[in-house]
Amino acid sequence: MSTPNESIQLTLNGESHTLAAGLSAADLIEQLGLAGRRIAVEINEQIVPKSQLAQTHLANGDQIEVVHAIGGG
Amino acid sequence: MTPLTDTPFTVAGREFSSRLLVGTGKYKDFTETGAAIAQSGAEIVTFAVRRTNLGQDADAPNLLDVVSPQRYTLLPNTAGCYNAKDAVRTCRLARELLDGHNLVKLEVLGDDHTLYPNVVETLKAAETLLADGFDVMVYTSDDPIVARELEAMGCCAIMPLGSLIGSGHGIQNPHNVRLIVEQSSVPVLVDAGIGTASDAAMAMELGCDGVLLNTAIAHARDPIRMANAMKLAVEAGRDAFLAGRMPRRQNADPSSPFAGRING
Repeated sequence: MSTPNESIQLTLNGESHTLAAGLSAADLIEQLGLAGRRIAVEINEQIVPKSQLAQTHLANGDQIEVVHAIGGG
Repeated sequence: MTPLTDTPFTVAGREFSSRLLVGTGKYKDFTETGAAIAQSGAEIVTFAVRRTNLGQDADAPNLLDVVSPQRYTLLPNTAGCYNAKDAVRTCRLARELLDGHNLVKLEVLGDDHTLYPNVVETLKAAETLLADGFDVMVYTSDDPIVARELEAMGCCAIMPLGSLIGSGHGIQNPHNVRLIVEQSSVPVLVDAGIGTASDAAMAMELGCDGVLLNTAIAHARDPIRMANAMKLAVEAGRDAFLAGRMPRRQNADPSSPFAGRING
């Protein structure tokens, strides 16, 4: 188990971020101000369903994508 | 008078009365997007999936506030994908975004100069998506052999380009589009290249089941009026196809009878 003052490094939407260890994907979405928004989350090229965000713990080196709908043809 | 009737446009078991499908890109703002789409009468509306701009204002308007999934059938696209893997990932993200909605527009592009479909990667992506339970409307070249292959795999609509995406060059090879229409049991839609109302009407006169367009409306001087023109063009072209056009003739054939002329 990680202790709270450890940190992890991960890639979020293509950019490197340092976060506190022990966060869930839901915590991250909350911190980003995106809770309740219509988004989708992928970690290491696997979809994380909304229902599983809270149980999904972030790990060092994770590649995270957070996407939404924009105009397109 | 008996009202004129038509069968509904049916794709993947879903029925629609409009045969015009529209995109949501390139509009000035969301207000214009919403107004143009409403005016077009479209029921199926495409959108793209992109990284959320982190740190943005949490109250910033969202496309799906304007184009509500309750009102429209949303059709996520894989625009910007140049290989099968990225296209499959994008479709899975879209399905999660739309709470399990599995109708997608697959497009795998060859290069950013032509945006021409890469049919090799398109076929690979279609295979994976179909096995994963997606209903795949597929953007492809106007090659009837590729179209036949995509239909045989189980794609629910074949969508050949009329000309290059965003070019407004209309339907460059109507003969190929007709070949695809004649051989297909699933809906065929011209997707890409429509520039103005007559292009959309031509697609329908060729027997296409529908038309998908974006730039022709969004980049018209007056998008709302062009949305209306496209709606009418698709309806007119469809009626002309159902009516069956007159045969072409080499010589003139007077509409007024010869008999009874005062100079006869």
